[in-house]
Amino acid sequence: MGAPLLKLVGKRIGLSIGLLFAVSVLIFVGTQILPGDVAQSILGQAATPEAVANLRAQLGLNDPAYVRYFHWLFGLLTGNLGTALSNGLPIGPAIAERLKNTLFLAFWAAAVSIPLSIILGLIAVRHKNGFIDKLISASTLAAISLPDFFIGYLLIYFVAVKLGWFTSVSTVYDGMPFLSRMVAIALPALTLTLVVLAQMMRMTRAAILNVMQSAYVETAELKGLSRSEIIWRHAFPNAVAPIINVVMLNLAYLVVGVVVIEVIFVYPGMGQYLVDHVAKRDVPVVQDCGLIFAAVYIGLNMLADIFSILSNPRLRHPK
Amino acid sequence: MARAAKNAPDRTSDTLLDIRNLRIEATVYPPGEDPKNVVIVDDVSVKLERGKVLGLIGESGAGKSTIGLSSMGYGRGGVRITGGEVILNGRDILKGGPSGFRKLRGREVCYVAQSAAAAFNPAHRLMRQVIEASLKHGVSSRAEAEKRAIALFKEVSLPDPEHIGNRYPHQVSGGQLQRVMTAMALCSKPDLIVFDEPTTALDVTTQIDVLAAIKKAIRDTGVAALYITHDLAVVAQVADDIMVLRHGKKVEKGDTHQIIKEPRQAYTNALVSVHSIPHEEQKPAAPLLSVKNVTAAYGGGTVKVLKNVSVEVAAGQTLAVVGESGSGKSTLARAITGLLPPMEGSVEFDGRTLPKRLADRTKNDLRELQMIYQMADVAMNPRQTVGTIIGRPIEFYFGKRGRERDRMVAELLDKIEMGTGFGDRYPAELSGGQKQRVCIARALAAKPKLIICDEVTSALDPLVANGILKLLLNLQKEENVAYVFITHDLATVKSIADSIAVMYQGSVVRYGPKSKVLAPPFDAYTDLLLSSVPEMELGWLEKAMASRRMEAAGN
Repeated sequence: MGAPLLKLVGKRIGLSIGLLFAVSVLIFVGTQILPGDVAQSILGQAATPEAVANLRAQLGLNDPAYVRYFHWLFGLLTGNLGTALSNGLPIGPAIAERLKNTLFLAFWAAAVSIPLSIILGLIAVRHKNGFIDKLISASTLAAISLPDFFIGYLLIYFVAVKLGWFTSVSTVYDGMPFLSRMVAIALPALTLTLVVLAQMMRMTRAAILNVMQSAYVETAELKGLSRSEIIWRHAFPNAVAPIINVVMLNLAYLVVGVVVIEVIFVYPGMGQYLVDHVAKRDVPVVQDCGLIFAAVYIGLNMLADIFSILSNPRLRHPK
Repeated sequence: MARAAKNAPDRTSDTLLDIRNLRIEATVYPPGEDPKNVVIVDDVSVKLERGKVLGLIGESGAGKSTIGLSSMGYGRGGVRITGGEVILNGRDILKGGPSGFRKLRGREVCYVAQSAAAAFNPAHRLMRQVIEASLKHGVSSRAEAEKRAIALFKEVSLPDPEHIGNRYPHQVSGGQLQRVMTAMALCSKPDLIVFDEPTTALDVTTQIDVLAAIKKAIRDTGVAALYITHDLAVVAQVADDIMVLRHGKKVEKGDTHQIIKEPRQAYTNALVSVHSIPHEEQKPAAPLLSVKNVTAAYGGGTVKVLKNVSVEVAAGQTLAVVGESGSGKSTLARAITGLLPPMEGSVEFDGRTLPKRLADRTKNDLRELQMIYQMADVAMNPRQTVGTIIGRPIEFYFGKRGRERDRMVAELLDKIEMGTGFGDRYPAELSGGQKQRVCIARALAAKPKLIICDEVTSALDPLVANGILKLLLNLQKEENVAYVFITHDLATVKSIADSIAVMYQGSVVRYGPKSKVLAPPFDAYTDLLLSSVPEMELGWLEKAMASRRMEAAGN
């Protein structure tokens, strides 16, 4: 572990923090330039101009934009996510509950899909251009070619309605026993797995096949190692960086891209929460959700880069 | 039981390897044509006794690596063994199938590649890779294998043999890696090692160390070896017998003395007498290019690679810049062309001072100073025909188009001794030497006063390189063009230079007319450089190692 490595990692972390601030500005500006007036939409078309003006003053909407931005930012940094306009409740606890559900679903989808895709990728390389390789490629491609909502409905129709193994509505609540919680998320987790599997599997396959062209793979072959040993010991460690990158992108999708899946399965996660409040024009909630999604995305990409840096022996063990 | 015995190695016979009537074919896919079958090795028989070293020599495409690898049942890039037998330790290994190959690879036969830097896995420590084959084949326990590896590191005179195994490949220099690879091949106590151009990619000063280490290791362990190279002088130092190959066929086989002293075939004779171009040194004249006190650095001045360099070259003459890799020769070219603007000093050309930065130079500055590169393939656009490639500078600098341009292209093709028929060909359809000729024609098309030649013959076979050098000398007489000739090959320098600059660690350590630079007394580095060039003499290696005054930088 050398100083240049720490410097690289430090740089990458600093960059992510800067990026996050830039995104917060974008989100804030974006929600400000939306047409219409929040006070108006809360009170409805029938409200008197006085009532609207009062509410505007009460919500602080008359302050200049930058004052409101820093107010919001300061609140976020001190853990105060503000108050939802639609029901007057603090946003923090509501989001915490939803985020927990989303992360729970994402975690189990990831726990299944990441090892599965990497193992499938390794098997595909082992049987390159053979029947097994083509079967794996074709079936994962078929899965990714279908839109995620369509896979969701297919699973609901066959597994929930026809076979009756799982319920079509993934309701979870506080204090639900672990096992029934797992049963509840089985279908959305399966849907997510099918959606993210192909990309990770194909990247694993491509990255390893790329490394298989190297001279050191030939060296390993000329030592009499078997193909599986070569793939696992000599090719895989050198293919980690691109695989990590695509794994992290898919992890990010599992957290921030699941809006449609949550709506289909009526799962009380972040996505549904966001969609509900967009419909209600609840700007503070939308801003907070947007920023959390951005933070997850940026954070995971940062981790991907850091792991890639760490996986490079030249940087880990400088001359 | 009987079958198992049939496939088991039998070490009682004196003959270790007996390749009989080997035929190897491959399918090639030429651009724009149907795939076709080519014969890479045609009816070659090789016999090797235990503990002996056979040199396989020939130019690229002679099939020497393919024959070497056939002893391990391995074919690169889809080549197929279609005929003959490969009898190793008393049984035909071609009958053993994939699992039979896996059992003998790394156990009975080991391989040392040309580029050890690429042949080691960057993700693992050296020790793990060195002992891998021993563990895989159950030759010894981990502790024993590590002990043997350390002993072998000592044997090939690696520095710090106890701990070098803990390093990663990128932490070790190229010459050292080549020796680690030799130790790796020896670690599982094989009967045969295939050395595939193990010193070709190294500097001449490092090559001699590695060669000495390989020779000592072979002698001390008693292993047999196939030593593959295109350099007769190198193979003469290590081999007992030599087989000369050409186009996949045997030309001649004999003991080393007979091959280098009394070759029976014309082709062998050509190989032995290569690189002797008579070249009369020209008298010093007024300089066309003078590089004055140039200092250049990478990384914003942090890494100085050129230190106060001053050289001159006169019109129609050749300045050779020699030195090992990292000595700053190519950087000097980059400083002259403005690709790397010098921090200090100036470059004067034809009576004017050139702007330091390439972007500030006029079109005429660019035209008069052309460059030819080592890798002709990557210096040409693969999607342009030869005619387009050569015609481009004619259009760009002289505004000639249509028939006029075609006429000039034809003239240039004629100058480089290639017919007009080549105008419609693509680079992929040319041989290595032809590609380099096209690059020369492209440089000449600009009617330059100076051409910088950066290792232009290093990637070519000796005979082909010889042709290129002769061409360059003829063109110099016809066009009165000056050359700055960057090379690490001293034989080339003797053939074409009028003056020589020897570079070492960014500085010019010796500079003057050829006759003075190559005459004693020498400084330590020039002496090392000159004495490291392999000579086609038996016992040269031992003599050279004994009389050295300075360690090579790669050590």
